[in-house]
Amino acid sequence: MTPLLIAQIALTLLVFVALLHSAAAMVWVERRLAALLQQRRGPTRVGWQGLLQPFADVIKLMFKEELRPKAADAFLFALAPIISATCAFAAFAVVPFGGTTTLLGLLPEGLRLQVADVNVAILVIFAISSMSVYGIVLAGWSSNSKYSLLGGLRSSAQMISYELSYGMALASVLLVATSAASAVPVDSMSLTGIVDGQAGTWAYVVPRWFVFIQPIGFLIFMTAGIAETNRAPFDFPEAEQELVAGYHTEYSSMSFAMFFLAEYVNMVTVSAVATDLFLGGWHGPFLPASLGWIWFLLKVAALLFFYVWMRWTLPRYRYDQLMRFGWKILLPVSVINLLVTAAGVLYFG
Amino acid sequence: MMFYLFAAVAVVASLLVIAQRNPIYSVLLLIASFGALSGLYVLLEAPFVAVIQIIVYAGAIMVLFLFVVMLLNAPHEETDFDERTHPLLRPGAMRLGGLLAVALVMELVWALANAADPGRFGVERVISVAAIGKMLFTEYAFAFEVTSVLILVAMVGAVVLARKEEMR
Amino acid sequence: MNAPLEYYLVLSAVLFCIGAAGVFVRRNLITILLSIEIMLNAVNLTFVAFGRAHGSADGQIIVFFVMTVAAAEAAVGLAIVISLFRFRESLNPDSFTELKW
Repeated sequence: MTPLLIAQIALTLLVFVALLHSAAAMVWVERRLAALLQQRRGPTRVGWQGLLQPFADVIKLMFKEELRPKAADAFLFALAPIISATCAFAAFAVVPFGGTTTLLGLLPEGLRLQVADVNVAILVIFAISSMSVYGIVLAGWSSNSKYSLLGGLRSSAQMISYELSYGMALASVLLVATSAASAVPVDSMSLTGIVDGQAGTWAYVVPRWFVFIQPIGFLIFMTAGIAETNRAPFDFPEAEQELVAGYHTEYSSMSFAMFFLAEYVNMVTVSAVATDLFLGGWHGPFLPASLGWIWFLLKVAALLFFYVWMRWTLPRYRYDQLMRFGWKILLPVSVINLLVTAAGVLYFG
Repeated sequence: MMFYLFAAVAVVASLLVIAQRNPIYSVLLLIASFGALSGLYVLLEAPFVAVIQIIVYAGAIMVLFLFVVMLLNAPHEETDFDERTHPLLRPGAMRLGGLLAVALVMELVWALANAADPGRFGVERVISVAAIGKMLFTEYAFAFEVTSVLILVAMVGAVVLARKEEMR
Repeated sequence: MNAPLEYYLVLSAVLFCIGAAGVFVRRNLITILLSIEIMLNAVNLTFVAFGRAHGSADGQIIVFFVMTVAAAEAAVGLAIVISLFRFRESLNPDSFTELKW
């Protein structure tokens, strides 16, 4: 049990707990921000400024009765929220959130702030988000109710449609990362390498983030990410006015809490991956490399604010409009983006 | 060690796939089998293939199967006789099929065990995604282009075949 | 440390035969298609194992093509199953006897 091993185990636990707390924080942020956007106050009574509201919600959900429809398939009914939650957390395992740190000299060598540094990290994230489709489709099926089934099928069809544009945007940014436009051209798909390629600035003013080279790629990635996590304006399958609650109609108490946990953690993961790929990860001025995680948190917070802002500002897409947008508009745009990026890399080197 | 774990999961899951009556459970067990195979690919130092297996097989093809099973509300195998006896125990064609499979596995295992030396695992480094990509576009470029035409044809074919007859 | 090549080949043979048994024995079109997928996966495992033994990337590239073809075949196969189901409301291959003499 070397100190490094202990530190790595502690880091894994820390990431897990941090994700749980970030989901709780997102509940509060969503409700306060929604309220402010709608010119009202939101929950302010429970604790200072309503900060204990998420904990009150969780305690309320824990005390509710756990229902299961009689005709529902018991095993699948119990398995579906577990799949959703597990895939949401697992995707964060390959996301780096800071440079190497030695914990103020306690460790003999630097500990990279990442649970696992795999050299196919981008593909792993893509794979795990493909697996999270199963949580939803099984929830829809096993509830044995027409609203759930329709909501589940629609939601999963939407997710697999937008995965294509998601993958094309990832491929475009990978092309940029291997070209001379990055500070340190990589030759593997490791996220750490891609973030390190965004260190420094051009002309001391503009940071070398990939969002300035790939603005359309960033927009495609964020749009596909919002559709992947079933958030507004792409949340038709779980919209209250349309399908009761879609695939989680029949769930109550902790299973429902797990679906919501999975949704918020997915949002955090998409924002974290977007920060690493496009916004320069943990690089930023004025802070030493070992405190880069503060910049990371600030950037992720900005993207999450953007997420919540989108939900309460834009009207919802109808399902056929949503699918038409995904296949006929977003996918061609992402393919053209990839082609133009490839041409640019060839031409400019 | 890990090999035995993954191999056991793959074999047991595949056996249950063909032994299950409920098609949804069959699909889920096959996904578990694909996960175990993906682990085996990682042990064989092929991380790219392992992740592609999850993305393509477990994440796309199996979702397709699951959709079809759910939309067709795939019935169990029907008649009373079928309900009473398990598929693998029925007489006639079933037993012959089972015997053929057992004969096949014995023959394959004998052939592999007595074959001339098939090679050994050397100490190789992991083949990177960049190397695979380079080979795909140089040596196997023709196959790559033909595969893309194949997928286009399959896509058009699937849409045409599954379309409802238009009312005249 | 790592299992020898023969173990992977035997495992792949066993999986292939399980898939073949599924195709022979099951009377449900979708389960037959699933068994075909098992067989294709067993073949993939053989390719990757031999590729590793010879130290080249050829095994992995062939697997890439096999997976693509399997995806195309699953899509077309399922489309056929859907149209057959619409015609006869049954997934039992014994109920489609039009081409028999």
